[in-house]
Amino acid sequence: MELPPRRNFEEVNDMAKLTIPEDELMRPGHMGCLGCGATQAMRFVLKAAGRKTILSIPACCWAVMPGVWPNTCLEVPELYTPFETTGASISGIKAALEVLGKDDVNVIGFAGDGGTADIGLQALSGVADRNDDVLYIMYDNEAYMNTGIQRSGSTPIGAWTTTTPVGTTQAWEKSPKKSVADIMIAHRIPYVATASAAYPEDLIRKVNKALSIKGTKFIQIFAPCPTGWKMDPGLTVKIGKEAISSRAFSLYEVEGGAIKINMKPKKTPLKEYLFKQGRFKHMPDYLINELESDLDSKWEELLFKEECSQKMLKKK
Amino acid sequence: MVKKLFTGNKATAYGAMLARAQVVAAYPITPQTTIVERIADLVAEGKMKAKYVMVESEHSAMAASIAASNTGARAFTATSSHGLALMHEVLMWAAGARTPVVLVNVNRAMGPPWSVYADHQDAMSERDSGVIQFWAENNQEIMDSVIMAYKVAENKDVLLPAMVNQDAFFLSHTSEPVDVPDQEIVDQYLPPFETTVKLDVDDPKGFGSFIMPPQYMEFRGHMARSMDKAREVIKKADKEWEELTGRSYGGMMDMYKCEDAEFILFGAGTMMSTAKDVVDTLRKEGRKVGIARLRVFRPFPVDEIRYLADRAHAIGVLDRTFTFGYGGPLFNETNSQMYNHGKSPKTKNYIVGVGGRDVRQKHFRAIFDDLEKVAKEGYGKEGEVHWWGLLDGTTPEEEL
Ligand SMILES: Cc1ncc(C[n+]2csc(CCOP(=O)(O)OP(=O)(O)O)c2C)c(N)n1
Ligand SMILES: [Mg+2]
Repeated sequence: MELPPRRNFEEVNDMAKLTIPEDELMRPGHMGCLGCGATQAMRFVLKAAGRKTILSIPACCWAVMPGVWPNTCLEVPELYTPFETTGASISGIKAALEVLGKDDVNVIGFAGDGGTADIGLQALSGVADRNDDVLYIMYDNEAYMNTGIQRSGSTPIGAWTTTTPVGTTQAWEKSPKKSVADIMIAHRIPYVATASAAYPEDLIRKVNKALSIKGTKFIQIFAPCPTGWKMDPGLTVKIGKEAISSRAFSLYEVEGGAIKINMKPKKTPLKEYLFKQGRFKHMPDYLINELESDLDSKWEELLFKEECSQKMLKKK
Repeated sequence: MVKKLFTGNKATAYGAMLARAQVVAAYPITPQTTIVERIADLVAEGKMKAKYVMVESEHSAMAASIAASNTGARAFTATSSHGLALMHEVLMWAAGARTPVVLVNVNRAMGPPWSVYADHQDAMSERDSGVIQFWAENNQEIMDSVIMAYKVAENKDVLLPAMVNQDAFFLSHTSEPVDVPDQEIVDQYLPPFETTVKLDVDDPKGFGSFIMPPQYMEFRGHMARSMDKAREVIKKADKEWEELTGRSYGGMMDMYKCEDAEFILFGAGTMMSTAKDVVDTLRKEGRKVGIARLRVFRPFPVDEIRYLADRAHAIGVLDRTFTFGYGGPLFNETNSQMYNHGKSPKTKNYIVGVGGRDVRQKHFRAIFDDLEKVAKEGYGKEGEVHWWGLLDGTTPEEEL
């Protein structure tokens, strides 16, 4: 099978240009829910990576979604691996490819937020520390969805999940969304980015860029989950976009210690984003305000880091 | 062939090198540590053409080994006690994935209390993981077993991971003369790892995907059959090795003077060398005694146990660990292999050497005496499971 030509996305800053490869490596027939953001993430990642790709998938929705044995909707080789082993598994694949003299194959770990931020963080840290030449993708649906919507380290403040069930005692999620991207930046790996299934051109550009760089790369993809977020499955893209305009999630990339924010849309009220999702509907105004000001200051921090990065780059 | 003075751990590292392991992923733990150090040296010196993945845990060591094996490379790892326990989930995965990864386990006690000394609980607790288990008695056997383990594990009728066990310190840190076979001999014995079942971008397949109950049981059934088939493969691998090097480890079991023996002790590891010496002494005194040393724990040596059952008046089973339910693992397995055999001599379980406690000639002498007494008079007040040498008055006074 022919590889789709790898385009030079470096020069393309205009997101309106048609940059999505036509080749479909994810066939119809996946077992995901209606409107699943994670399926979009997979589809675009594979479009970018092409056929010369090996995937390692831990326990997560994507361990089941390709289909029940002997079926699979994915057209690249997949290695299923225990929940917490994605980082180690991609190292093993890469090491084997190296000794076998195959240097033209992309090795991609494709894990959920739970498998990344929580149980798999150690193995992820291990691979980043070794700087093995692999790409680690965390698709972020902000909870353990495969097991039925339990909180993860990536669940935002205020969210209902089955283990933060609100009840009569305000038992919603209490700790802020763990920033795995920051943890990965601290590992000084060559490329860290956040992306969203709602912005496929940006996502594809980032995957391509990551795969053009040697060493460990990390991309966190925001992927709404209509089932777990109790939202209209027709709104996956809209909510994905509003997450960014409300600053609940930001798109940026970090290379050589320099951060670049990829999208600075006009701010929209956080409440509009939150109230499209049943998981936040119990949130009192004071909590929304607190969260919003927290997200705003995080955004300021990001802008400041970008400014510093630009100064740093100029000095170089 | 060159004779070298090697510790068990150095013999392990050289075994992995001679077997041409291509990916090594390992994490240090006493008393396995010098294995990873020696392999790091061999790779750094360019003597071993392998990629050494410096993982952050044993769990990752096995996960990376599985992935490497699934990609088509010969993978090796080594660990001990807590490291093996941490690997438990991934050991099962290696077996289910049918990846012929070879690992060496330096048998060490589990904490608490912290101990780094010889004990068989770590490996015996992996009884049901689907991992083939070889057990070594000396450093030569360790090196030979690493090579043999690949030969067996990679056999198309087997395709299961294999573990080679060696006693902490008694072997890992003790130097012995070891015949290092020439690379050509090993290459002749062990061809390069070839598998068609691998991650291949030109022939994409999924490995380990979700499966429904009817098919799952089929997969497990295949695994069970493969483990059964491993018995013949092991015997053949042992014979072929003997033809090339003159060394055999008895196939499925190492029997020492068992043909005409009336009283036999069955056990694992280094203590059985001492037991063999005691047998020599007792034979001179006219006593018909023999030793059966565990060579392979998984698959279990069923025929060999029944062979012993056919001739012995009584079998003493030595366990360097305990199941904390009833009896030691070797005792329970031995008994169950004889139950439907028709002939079952009296057996008694001796729990010895736990956590590295010395098991000396005087102990084996006393145990043989006790076994004869059991055969004649039945069990004493301590019953059929006897923690030998415990300070509870059931055995002669011990000096600890
Ligand atoms: C060691 C282990 N613990 C727990 C599980 C159960 N488990 C499977 S998937 C999963 C949650 C996955 O969450 P995430 O990584 O966020 O992926 P998602 O399901 O949301 O796609 C859990 C807890 C497991 N498979 N293995
Ligand atoms: Mg999730």
